[in-house]
Amino acid sequence: MTQFQTETIGDNTADNQPMIIAENVEKWYDNGFHVLKGVSLTVSKGEVVVVMGPSGSGKSTFIRTFNALESYQKGSILVDGMKLSHDLKNIESIRREVGMVFQQFNLFPHLTVLQNITLSPIWVRRWPKAKAQEVAMQLLERVGILEQAHKFPGQLSGGQQQRVAIARSLAMQPKVMLFDEPTSALDPEMVREVLDVMRSLADSGMTMVCVTHEVGFAREVADRVVLMDSGYLVEENTPQEFFSNPREDRTQKFLSQIL
Amino acid sequence: MSATHPPSPVSQRPSAVNLTPLDWAKKNLFSDWFNSLLTILVGFVLINTVIGFLRWAFSTAKWSVIPTNLPLFFVGRFPANQYWRMWLLLTLIALLAGLTWGVLAQMATRLFSRSVLIGVGLAALVIVLMPLPSVEGGAPLLVRLKLLGLVALVLAAAWVGRWLGQRKSGLGNWLSLAWGLSFFVGLWLMAGGLGLPVVSTTAWGGLLLTAFMSLVSIVLSFPFGVLLALGRQSSLPVIRWLSTIYIEVVRGVPLIAILFIGLIMIPLFLPQNIRLDLVLRATLGLTLFTAAYLAETVRGGLQAIPKGQYEAASSLGLNTPLSMVLIVLPQALKISIPAIVGLFISLLQDTTLVSIVGLFDLLGISRSILANPQFIGRYAEVYLFIGLLYWGLCYAMSQGSRRLEKQLKTSH
Ligand SMILES: Nc1ncnc2c1ncn2[C@@H]1O[C@H](COP(=O)(O)OP(=O)(O)OP(=O)(O)O)[C@@H](O)[C@H]1O
Ligand SMILES: [Mg+2]
Repeated sequence: MTQFQTETIGDNTADNQPMIIAENVEKWYDNGFHVLKGVSLTVSKGEVVVVMGPSGSGKSTFIRTFNALESYQKGSILVDGMKLSHDLKNIESIRREVGMVFQQFNLFPHLTVLQNITLSPIWVRRWPKAKAQEVAMQLLERVGILEQAHKFPGQLSGGQQQRVAIARSLAMQPKVMLFDEPTSALDPEMVREVLDVMRSLADSGMTMVCVTHEVGFAREVADRVVLMDSGYLVEENTPQEFFSNPREDRTQKFLSQIL
Repeated sequence: MSATHPPSPVSQRPSAVNLTPLDWAKKNLFSDWFNSLLTILVGFVLINTVIGFLRWAFSTAKWSVIPTNLPLFFVGRFPANQYWRMWLLLTLIALLAGLTWGVLAQMATRLFSRSVLIGVGLAALVIVLMPLPSVEGGAPLLVRLKLLGLVALVLAAAWVGRWLGQRKSGLGNWLSLAWGLSFFVGLWLMAGGLGLPVVSTTAWGGLLLTAFMSLVSIVLSFPFGVLLALGRQSSLPVIRWLSTIYIEVVRGVPLIAILFIGLIMIPLFLPQNIRLDLVLRATLGLTLFTAAYLAETVRGGLQAIPKGQYEAASSLGLNTPLSMVLIVLPQALKISIPAIVGLFISLLQDTTLVSIVGLFDLLGISRSILANPQFIGRYAEVYLFIGLLYWGLCYAMSQGSRRLEKQLKTSH
């Protein structure tokens, strides 16, 4: 993986400041596939942005550049004032501020729920174990599965596992949360419990970027919805406009397919 | 492989349990004329073999070669007046083994299950009845008492370990530490120095040498093999190439060649005044050999870990070494346990090759006993005996690995 480094640019305590600024991001995969073709997006603090688009359009690739799980070749990305770039290291300091929730949960199967959540605070943030456990228990209560703390991930339902994954990311007290289709691998009856957690997270003022096809969630929770198609960011709009009165034909077509 | 076992068929066919022996035989052995014929044929061959063996074992065989040379089989030419050091070592091992057993079994409803009691009974029977020579090793009665004492110690320690384990957590770490320390205590007891008379490694032999070389090679090849496996996956080309070259070269050379290289070539590379001990060189050869195979085994385990685990770890801010140690390796090693134990079992068997380069391990000492005119031609007795010893060691290892797997599975 390409190494990045972070450098702090100014301080950003004021409200309505940008949390993520992506400018003209271009990426080619190793096989030469041009997956991101100059994508720009600014996410302000406290904002919830939903990313939609057909399969293979580059949504996952794009949001994974925000925590450097994917490298990029052109353009620039600033996360909380820290610049992500290729030739530099210390990528971990950005990842500490950016939480990520995956479609497949990716919990650590050999650790209990509590250990999953406390692992990173203990080893990366260097918190004492007692403090990490206290915070973890509060988070588990918040996502509604306090009683599962000592079970292993394999003993939980999909919805419960995804809520653990959210709690695990939150335990690092990130400034942004990225969600990559968090409900796509879930049985329909479990989608709601995860969306409810995400909704309350948004209400608490968390900055969130979510790739999701949950139209209801996008309508109610998102501040903005964007559409990606074959490596381009096609439309950026308010949820009302996006769903009822889109600017682009491409969006119209996409909506007719999913609605 | 011996470490993997299919689920017991009994649980799938509960009806079979209720059959009378006669019904069972009818159903399984004589269901049609072809099966009946096979059963009779195989039974005939089996019975003949067993009778032949028993006749040989009780009339022709001269078993006295075993008890007469018992000290040689177990500790080689270790000086007889220092045997007490071996007894002390055994005591230490019995104590730790018992404690470990007890701590591991703290959840079990009964510590001394029926099979354990049968095992203990058999061991006691063997200890009381086995013929012993009254040589320098001590009076036979004393030896029997000491052995019985060791068995009792294991049981008592297991009971204490369980009692302690149920009351205090974290005993496992202390036990690991104690095992680590006991290795150095054992080394001191074997080699002497620091106030004890020095025993040269050339005097080590028999089971003592076999166990020592196996143990040291296992302990050293494990971390080395894991590092090689990680090296082969490294993103740094130099490390990746070096690891790959090492693994492929060693896997392409037979162990016996490596042992000869260790014996003849290593001294050539070293300055004149440094002479590496023969036992050390052979152990090093075994270690380097096993590490290459272990690396491939562990690499298989590493490849079985989904990419999502790495991504989740890095998205939480863990750096590469931390995610390896905390996330990837624990899972990869767990998958590889059966294969790793299989490797260690063949390592134990491979130690017999050192007898060719002039060391008196269990096989080497047997050959030197057989070269003694007094015991000429007693091959069958001696090889049967050491075969039994090797089997016992290997069986214990595979049983241990099954226990470990079970333990890890329940905590999953
Ligand atoms: N490692 C890779 N090498 C080459 N091409 C890749 C690689 N990973 C993804 N791609 C391609 O890049 C494109 C975008 O992938 P991406 O996963 O970002 O799409 P997506 O919008 O998230 O789609 P989905 O809705 O299916 O998750 C796809 O066409 C995919 O085949
Ligand atoms: Mg995707």
